[in-house]
Amino acid sequence: MNIADRRWLSLAFRWLLRLLLLLLAGGLAYAVLSLPDQAVGLTNRVAANLETSGVSNPVTAVLLNFRGYDTLLEMAVLLVALLGVWSLGIAVVPCRVDPEPVLSMLVGGLVPMMILMAGYLLWVGADAPGGAFQAGSVLAASGILLLLSCKRLPVRLPVWPLRLVLILGLATFVTVGAALLPVNGFFLQYPPGLAGALILFIEAAATLSIGVTLAALFLGGRPGPDA
Amino acid sequence: MNSLLLYALAGVGLFTLGLYALIVHAHLLRKILAINVMGSGVFLVLVALGGRTPGGAPDPVPHAMVITGIVVAVSATALALALLLRVQAKTGRTRFPEQGNIILKEY
Repeated sequence: MNIADRRWLSLAFRWLLRLLLLLLAGGLAYAVLSLPDQAVGLTNRVAANLETSGVSNPVTAVLLNFRGYDTLLEMAVLLVALLGVWSLGIAVVPCRVDPEPVLSMLVGGLVPMMILMAGYLLWVGADAPGGAFQAGSVLAASGILLLLSCKRLPVRLPVWPLRLVLILGLATFVTVGAALLPVNGFFLQYPPGLAGALILFIEAAATLSIGVTLAALFLGGRPGPDA
Repeated sequence: MNSLLLYALAGVGLFTLGLYALIVHAHLLRKILAINVMGSGVFLVLVALGGRTPGGAPDPVPHAMVITGIVVAVSATALALALLLRVQAKTGRTRFPEQGNIILKEY
């Protein structure tokens, strides 16, 4: 097959593909359009049970209480993804020079603010938009900022505290869920009176783990001997 | 035609565009980006359809699912990027060896 034939065939196949995808988009759009305009969904059931959940933000109630399994397994997914990345090789440390003074001062001012912001998001998640994942992302962003600006902490830590923080969220979640097993007879079901405090406790541990896991994923490898 | 339906249809469009890019492009970074665009389309559909409640306050269950989905998508993307870097370091190429695939663009 010569070059011109091949180019023509390639073009023909690509138009065929576009046509097929247009059909798929049409089918999906028809499915969306054929849904009823108003749907109650699970709103009323969440609202009816909100008082027993210990928090007043319905999204947090769903995430940490009604569908706690989702969130628990999601923490596991984060951890497994990090294990996958770590198994691929050793992280390349982004830089070895000291940062310039302006960058150094800016980062030094921003990072404490971001940690404060993460704490606020964690706290406010009980009754307004916010929560462990948002707080964890802000925490991870401050960690990535530190990594990119070449700032190093003056202390050299061994690897095990890092590993401890990585599993802290999942471990707290499973421990709290399992500890309440004899009380309720169900995994991950909190007694209504204690639920608010327990959710805050789990979220605090999860925030730390999510932040550190995301920042470690950014490094793209396990910490080497000189990290 | 209300605005929520428009968001949902835009989500369908994003999903289809991402699927096209995923099939057509050979470069692995473009494929990873395409999967992310597809995921954003799915999230947009879920959030838009969760807003169809009569009371005005959106259904919290799809929103919680989207938050979960975003975190899973981010960790999967990070793993994919690490794999891509590994493939590039091992073979010097950023695509899989594919012969005779007539649809793939060459960049």
